[in-house]
Amino acid sequence: MTSVSLAAQQLTITYTLPGGRSLPALGPITFAIPAGQFVCLVGPSGCGKSTLVRVLAGLQPPTGGAALVADQTVTEPPPEVGVMFQDANLMPWRTVEDNIALPLELAGVSREERRYAVHALLPKLGLADFAHAYPGDLSGGMAQRVALGRVLVQRPGALLLDEPFGALDALTREQIGLDLLEFWRQEQQTILMVTHDIHEAVLLSDRILVMSRRPGRLAADVAVTLDRPRAIADTYHETFGQIAASVRDAIERA
Amino acid sequence: MKGSRRESRPAGRAFVPLLLPVLVLLVWQVIVSLGVYPEFIIPSPAAVLAKFVDVLRDGRLLANTWVTLSQTLAGLIIGVALSVLLGYAIAKNRLLDDLFSPLIIALQSTPVVAYAPLLVIWFGSGPTSKVVTSALIVFFPMLMNTVVGLRSVPKSLRDLMLSLRATPWQMFIHLEVPAALPVLLGGLKVSATLAVIGSVVGEFVSARAGLGWLINDARYNYDTPLVLVAVLMLAVIARVLYAAVGLVERRMLAWRR
Ligand SMILES: Nc1ncnc2c1ncn2[C@@H]1O[C@H](COP(=O)(O)OP(=O)(O)OP(=O)(O)O)[C@@H](O)[C@H]1O
Ligand SMILES: [Mg+2]
Repeated sequence: MTSVSLAAQQLTITYTLPGGRSLPALGPITFAIPAGQFVCLVGPSGCGKSTLVRVLAGLQPPTGGAALVADQTVTEPPPEVGVMFQDANLMPWRTVEDNIALPLELAGVSREERRYAVHALLPKLGLADFAHAYPGDLSGGMAQRVALGRVLVQRPGALLLDEPFGALDALTREQIGLDLLEFWRQEQQTILMVTHDIHEAVLLSDRILVMSRRPGRLAADVAVTLDRPRAIADTYHETFGQIAASVRDAIERA
Repeated sequence: MKGSRRESRPAGRAFVPLLLPVLVLLVWQVIVSLGVYPEFIIPSPAAVLAKFVDVLRDGRLLANTWVTLSQTLAGLIIGVALSVLLGYAIAKNRLLDDLFSPLIIALQSTPVVAYAPLLVIWFGSGPTSKVVTSALIVFFPMLMNTVVGLRSVPKSLRDLMLSLRATPWQMFIHLEVPAALPVLLGGLKVSATLAVIGSVVGEFVSARAGLGWLINDARYNYDTPLVLVAVLMLAVIARVLYAAVGLVERRMLAWRR
């Protein structure tokens, strides 16, 4: 699928708490992400990042303003968008292969085509030997790779990733992040990825959006001017440190 | 889940589960040999065995077993089907939940034995009243399990399915059913044994056939060996049904091991 743009226009979310008190959780926030860009979203805990992802994914309606995918206002889960959350969120009764194939199965793709698509993906995910394993037998990193496979198999035009590697150890997350970069290099999907890890954000993205404390607004928009393709060696680069420092600054001032 | 798999027994200890039954038989025989109780109170194992062969030959055992078994199965199927349907509706719909909950809680805590005579008055002393009793005794625990099972479907998986634009039917068949299945099958296992109890309770109240009726009839004639044969047969039915559900469970929940 060709990549699609993502945007928010004066987007706000206000939750109504039990008891009737209202809690402004997000915005107003406005930004535009052109098709094919890799953007990371950082900000203090509770500032509304997950909420923003859910609205863009069409899982909850905005209180005010609009979320846009491919310049269309989001009113239901857009077919061009793949979503991945912090928990791998696998179905424990399905094998690795069947978990990855789920989106295709729901879309009515035939069994042979599903098999073909999944088996093309498995080696790239480092899961070649685990097609028939159940999620209960996987490590956290492997489970997250399955979840990544499940979102990639749809070949979405945009990926929404909410702290996808947040539960993994530093080495595993760096590796799986680089693997994601490789997928992105081939498919050029638009990516909006929430992370708490500034290092990860700088290593992976073209651009970092920094949100303020709740209700989150756009506090800074930092361009990551490092060359592509990226490698671990880039993290020792002087520019890397400068960008990371400016992002950290923005978060502290936010 | 993991680790719950039962370790297989070391080869030399295959006899361990047999120890207790053999011991019981021995104690039983000793009591009879001492002649403390008359035969019609505690008959010898040999007398029970002889009776078993007797009623097996003249066809009474199998005929009555079939009556009880068919009532039990009919009650089980009807009770499970209705409770799963209503349970699904209740789990999905707040209004139905509020509507049915008080009644269900009240009925659930009433012992079946108490209203079984009513069912016989309403449905006659034929098999229908037994099927209804079985269905009712199965209904409430199965209903609870259905509601609990469906409510235990993780919200995060629902969101996943929604983000994949799943239809309500896909949501049901690919998420709700498999997610609730462990709890449902757990309920079915309990229900299988309860259904046997339902049939027998019905037969105790009034019947013309069945193992429960056979027990009552034998008791009036002081035919204690026959009582024991019928009781053991009931135990076998319950155990076989339980094992059958267990088999289904192991096949369908292979992922848990
Ligand atoms: N369903 C809900 N009902 C009420 N309040 C909610 C709900 N979901 C989130 N909130 C509140 O909205 C605010 C933003 O939550 P959100 O999960 O979007 O933050 P976040 O930036 O993703 O945080 P974190 O970095 O810890 O994941 C929080 O204060 C949270 O308590
Ligand atoms: Mg979050």
